[in-house]
Formats: sequence, C-alpha cells, structure tokens
Amino acid sequence: MTASLDPSLKDAPPAVMTARNVFTIGLIAILALVPVYAYATGQTFSVALFTRTIILAIGAVSLNLIMGYGGMVSFGHAAYLGIGGYAVGILAKEGIGSGFVQWPVAIAASALYALVVGALSLRTRGVYFIMITLAFAQMIYYVAIGLDRYGGDDGLTIYKRSTFGGVIDLNDKVVFYYLCFAILLASIYLIARLVNSHFGLALRGTQSNERRMRAIGFPTFRYKLVAFVISGALCGLAGALLANHTSFISPAIMHWTRSGDLIVMVVLGGLGSLFGPVIGAVVFLLLQEGLSRVTEFPDLILGPILLLVAIYVHGGIGGLLEGRRRG
Amino acid sequence: MAASADCWKGGAVADALLQTEGLTRRFGGVTAADAIGLTIVSSEVHAIIGPNGAGKTTLIGLLSGEVVPEQGSIRFGGSEISHLPVYRRSQMGLARSFQITSLFRDFTALDNVALAVQAHRGHSFRFWRDARRDDDLRGPALAALERVGLRDRAATRVDKMSHGEQRQLEIAMALAGSPQLLLLDEPMAGMGPDESSRMVQLLRALKGSVTILLIEHDMEAVFALADRLSVLVYGRIIATGNPETIRNDPGVRQAYLGEKHGAEPGARHG
Repeated sequence: MTASLDPSLKDAPPAVMTARNVFTIGLIAILALVPVYAYATGQTFSVALFTRTIILAIGAVSLNLIMGYGGMVSFGHAAYLGIGGYAVGILAKEGIGSGFVQWPVAIAASALYALVVGALSLRTRGVYFIMITLAFAQMIYYVAIGLDRYGGDDGLTIYKRSTFGGVIDLNDKVVFYYLCFAILLASIYLIARLVNSHFGLALRGTQSNERRMRAIGFPTFRYKLVAFVISGALCGLAGALLANHTSFISPAIMHWTRSGDLIVMVVLGGLGSLFGPVIGAVVFLLLQEGLSRVTEFPDLILGPILLLVAIYVHGGIGGLLEGRRRG
Repeated sequence: MAASADCWKGGAVADALLQTEGLTRRFGGVTAADAIGLTIVSSEVHAIIGPNGAGKTTLIGLLSGEVVPEQGSIRFGGSEISHLPVYRRSQMGLARSFQITSLFRDFTALDNVALAVQAHRGHSFRFWRDARRDDDLRGPALAALERVGLRDRAATRVDKMSHGEQRQLEIAMALAGSPQLLLLDEPMAGMGPDESSRMVQLLRALKGSVTILLIEHDMEAVFALADRLSVLVYGRIIATGNPETIRNDPGVRQAYLGEKHGAEPGARHG
C-alpha cells in the first residue's frame, strides 16, 4: 500500500498519551494486577468483586457493539447472561460438566435467541425496538421461573464448575480471574477488528445514516442482524462465565434492571469506544459497591451521578477525559 | 444534442435506459404521481422541472424505491424494478443524490465514497481485515473524488467541509458505484452563484459518460445542462422535449414558466 493512496489515515488520531489513553492503560494494568494485590494484602474478596466486574464488562463490550457502533439500543441484553448461565447450569445438572460442551452450547443458544429476536425486532426502530427487546427478555425471564426442574424462581446451584479436561482449573480463583480477563481483552480485540472491517463500516454507516446506506446499495437489515447475533453470542459467553463465578443460576441474573445496568455501563464509559464499556463497568460496579457500604440507599447517589454524566458529558467518562462536553 | 431530438419522439425507444408507464401514487387526497410515463434515453441529461409540490421528490422516491407505487411499471435496463427494494436498485446501477445533504458526517470524504464503492463490491460480510486499508475500495473512491474535484479534500471530515463541497461529495458518492443512471435531487440546493456554476461545470463534465435524471429549480442550470426536459405539474407530465420545444410550449409557459418569469425561463426560479 502506498502512502498517497490512503490520506484518510492521516486523519486518524495520533497514538499519543492523551488523558484517556493513560487512564485506559492504567485501568487495564490495575485489572491485570488485582490478584497480586489481593493476595499480597490478604484482601482476597476483591478478586471475586473484580471477577464479577470483568464478566459484566464483557457483557457491556458486547452490548457496545450494537449500541455504540450500530445504534441499536437493546434493553434485553441480560437475557443472554441468563441463557448462557442456564446453558451451563442445566448441562451441569444433567451431568455434562465439560466446558468444551457447556460453553459452545451457551454461545450457540444465545446466538440462536439473538437471531430470532433480531429478525423480529430489527424491523422496528427507536422506542419500539427498545420495548420489543425488553419484552423478549421478560419472556425468557418468566420461562426461567417456570423451569421447575431447574429450581424455578429459587434458582439452581451449580455444584461443579465447567471442566476443561484438566487444562484449566476454574476452581482456582486466580486462574478463573485471568481467564475472564483474557476473554475480556480478546473480546475487545475482536470488536476492534470487527468495527474497522468491511462489515464494521457497513454497520457504522447504518448507524450514522441508514437511509443513505440503502441508497448506496447496502441491504442494511442483514448487517444489523449479524451484529445483533454476534453481540448476543458474546454476551452468552459472559453468562457462562457468570454462572461459573457464582456457582448458582437463577432468573434474577436476567432481571430487566440488569439489562439497564449494562446500558448504563456502556453509556457511562462512552458509546462506541473500544474500552469505554470496561471503564463504565468498573466505575459503575465500584461505585455501587462503595456506596452500599456507606449508605443504605446507594442508588439515591448513583442515580444523580449517572444523570449528570448522561446530560453533561458527551462520550461518557472516556469523553470527559478527552475534555469533551456537551455543547 | 438537440439535433437528435427527433428520434425521441414516438412511443417505443430503442435505447431507453429507464421507462415508466402509468406510474401512480397518491398521498391522502393528493395525487403526487399521476400516470407518469417517462423515458430516459442512454447518456442523456434529462431534467424534470415543475413548480413546488408538483411531485418531483415523489418521482425520485418512486424511481429509487423509497416510495412504493400504487400502479404502473418501472423498467430499468430491460427489467421490471418497481417492486425491488432500494438497495437492489442501487446495486443494479441506479444511484441517487439527496436534496438535503445526507452524508456520514463523522467520516472523512474518502471514507464516505469508499463506503459507496464497498456497497457495489458484493457482500460486506468480511469481519477481520481493515477496510480502510483496502486499496480495492480506496482506489475507485479516490478516482470518484477526483472526478468531482475533491481529490485534495479526501482526508477531511464531512462536517468540516463547506456546503458546496458536501454537495460535490454527494455526487462523488453517487458516482462511486459506476452507476448507469444518476438521479440528482436538486444538486444546486442552497448554493451560492459561485458554487452553483462550479456544480454546473462538474455535471457538464459528466455528461455523456453517465445518464442523468436531474431535478432542479435553478432554471439557468437546467437549460445549460439538459438535453431534454419533462415538465411535471400536479403529478402529471404535461410536456417532454428539448429545451427549445419546452421554452416555446404554450401549455408549459402558462402552467409553469409563465407564472413568474414570462417568456424568460433563463431566470432563476426558487
């Protein structure tokens, strides 16, 4: 490739140490060192807290693909956490403990569900899309409540974490932490490749101006649908991780407020930025955790903070670090 | 070009690129398209003129596929397209520009045009390689920018471009898929005299290499560019012919040109 053929690359932001980059690198470094810190200081509970944070960050990363790059606000993303989680829980109860079976099933079931929901809901837009994704998620929620064999409303204890033929032992908290961390980084890399590929540009063009995309010859529906399925599949994997983390699965994992939490994480971190969902998940969950220790009503403080970010800061916390404010 | 005007008279035209018959669409009580029969001949510039509310935008919508006709047919390059979706028509070579600039504002000029090239390169289910480094897209996109005189603005983001440049970019995007027929919806809209005359030059340079259906209020531009004109009034085509014929058509002068400008259709019409 010749330099002259690609002038647009000059317009790409130079890879300098902006406040945002420093923050992102710092955050990743901190996440990488959590177990080291935890065992050095004896505060081993923080590994569990950060494992959960990282798993939900994977969910937020998956949501960001469709919400931040495709303009699709799915208000039912927790359903994939549930489907992925129940895939692990149900298989474990039926005596299939291998992660080589459980995890692909979790991903495939989520993808299939996304295909059905997407095929129906992507024909609508705006508030209708939000409502339909919510309605489907509620349906799955009540299906889970109806699963008497698998604990119904009370949920289901998973007595054995997924096994990987002795290669990885998920019972080791540190191993499990780093596995989740690696999957988070891999997801971000996947999304980075995706959104800059031919597919990604078709998706982002559709977010920016769908009518124009059709006029220049893109069948936009199928690109949105495929993005929706990829997003669901990735979130299903997060669900499988979450079930392993808690060793327990219940309908609460896909309560609609959880879908709201994922949206908040994405918006808080900055829509359509690669590491934004991670920033959002960490800030959101740590705030929630920290506030619940000092007050009985953490949401009373968390709510207004989120409102202020949503109203005044364009691009979430990532945008704030870049000095962007809503004009 | 007026010399060959005679061959356009009469019904069946051998080298018709696009032909509509009885194309009708109503919105509530308003008949926006009333049995429109229109023939666009290969490599001509065919202008549609008519007062505001005559149904020009509806006609573009019908041809591009955004508006579904109630009756009638549209044949394009020999096949019936009136029930094909927008993207299919675009892939067949029917490109359009928009009246209100409708670009991807946070992309560079080159990215905009490259996306239009991409649309015509088969499916976009390619998930891994960086599309911005794909010379198969960049090359033709730069060529299209060159054609409209925006080659040195390739790396500029759309929202940093002037209105006139954005309109030029609209044309580049429409050209990017090497269309057979270009539907231009008021390319001079909102332009100052300088920008307008640059656009006329640009379109004149395209003449012959691509068939153009031009909808435009700027009469000066229309008469400078068009090989033939059709006059649309209340959803009906009341006359079709070369500029001279139209200028002297008493019905046209009464219905449209006469309204404001007497017998001087060279003046601007807003």
